[in-house]
Amino acid sequence: MKQDIPGTIMFDGALAQKGYALNQMCFSFNSAENRAAFLKDEEAYCKKYGLTAEQRAAVKSRNVLRMIEAGGNIYYLAKLAGIFGLNVQDIGAQQTDVSVSEFKRKLEAAGR
Amino acid sequence: MARIIGGVASTHVPAIGKAIAEKKQNDPYWKPFFQGFDYVHQWLAREKPDVAVVFYNDHGLNFFLDKLPTFAIGAASEYRNEDEGWGIPVSRSLKGYPELSWHLINQLVADEFDITVCQEMLVDHAVTIPMALMWPGETRPVRIVPVSINTVQHPLPSVARCFKLGQSIGRAIDSFAENLRVMIVGTGGLSHQLDGKRAGFINKEFDMLCLDKIANDPLALTRYSIHDIVAEAGAQGVELLNWVAMRGALTGKVSEAHRNYHIPISNTAAATVVLNNQAIERRKVA
Repeated sequence: MKQDIPGTIMFDGALAQKGYALNQMCFSFNSAENRAAFLKDEEAYCKKYGLTAEQRAAVKSRNVLRMIEAGGNIYYLAKLAGIFGLNVQDIGAQQTDVSVSEFKRKLEAAGR
Repeated sequence: MARIIGGVASTHVPAIGKAIAEKKQNDPYWKPFFQGFDYVHQWLAREKPDVAVVFYNDHGLNFFLDKLPTFAIGAASEYRNEDEGWGIPVSRSLKGYPELSWHLINQLVADEFDITVCQEMLVDHAVTIPMALMWPGETRPVRIVPVSINTVQHPLPSVARCFKLGQSIGRAIDSFAENLRVMIVGTGGLSHQLDGKRAGFINKEFDMLCLDKIANDPLALTRYSIHDIVAEAGAQGVELLNWVAMRGALTGKVSEAHRNYHIPISNTAAATVVLNNQAIERRKVA
């Protein structure tokens, strides 16, 4: 898969393999019980899903770009972000290194 | 015989579910979007569909990356929604139509579409939100056949292939013996990108082109590659595939009845379209 669109990651076979454990953990967050278990003991929960060292560090850092780098798919990562009460504007702002209000202004500007 | 009455395309952003739950339809932020459904409600009241065939993409509720079908079709009598993990309320169940599902499945496979058949299938916000937008009351007066298209993990099916899938489903509906009024729904889009340093990307110009082509010249859209669509519409703008499949299923003379376009809803350029489908009478062979 050509990865040549600036600032854009095509979630392809290579990333799907690399990110499997991280995405599987995030998929488990469809369940409220699992979300609570993660919050109670994050270290143990990540261990249970066999996250790689890179994935574990990325989750610990709460940095979405690092999680994507580690193979995370945004639809699954959004479930993790939800645990911390973050929506797609919050994580959009984080990834583009601007404040949330600035990110929202940018979205509004796209409509003009 | 079953008759295809038309199609509706609608954005399915999860935040809409939250706005509905919090009754924010008339807030200044939301009004320009929800207003776009006034016409849809009139159209549905007039056209009275019995069934909706819904093209959508699952975001990790029913399917995980362990087994991810390119095309999957529901054959259940009921479709439940469940907790998706990001705080939108769980929606009511939707009634299925197994007889129609199996007719479509038989025709699709005969037509060389090797689809995955699901007798159990959870439907996520990409189905439930457009349903709640179309029927804001307590009842959902249609039965559904959900058709899921993979837009999560590349390689994705091409735009042309999704159009042909829609065409095959359209032909199959036309040959269904029951007297039914069938509408086609395509959900998601238009341009948006959630991930990466280009998060927040919206392309109004390309969206306008899609809106112009979808009714009258859908083949123009099928000439774009998936790579082109990601470049032009954003990483998640590939949900356009659901729109194109919907359009493919409209087998008659198609005309645009309504459109609404508004930026932004959440990170997305939100769009709603209603297309009429006027059946072309087939001449009997003498």
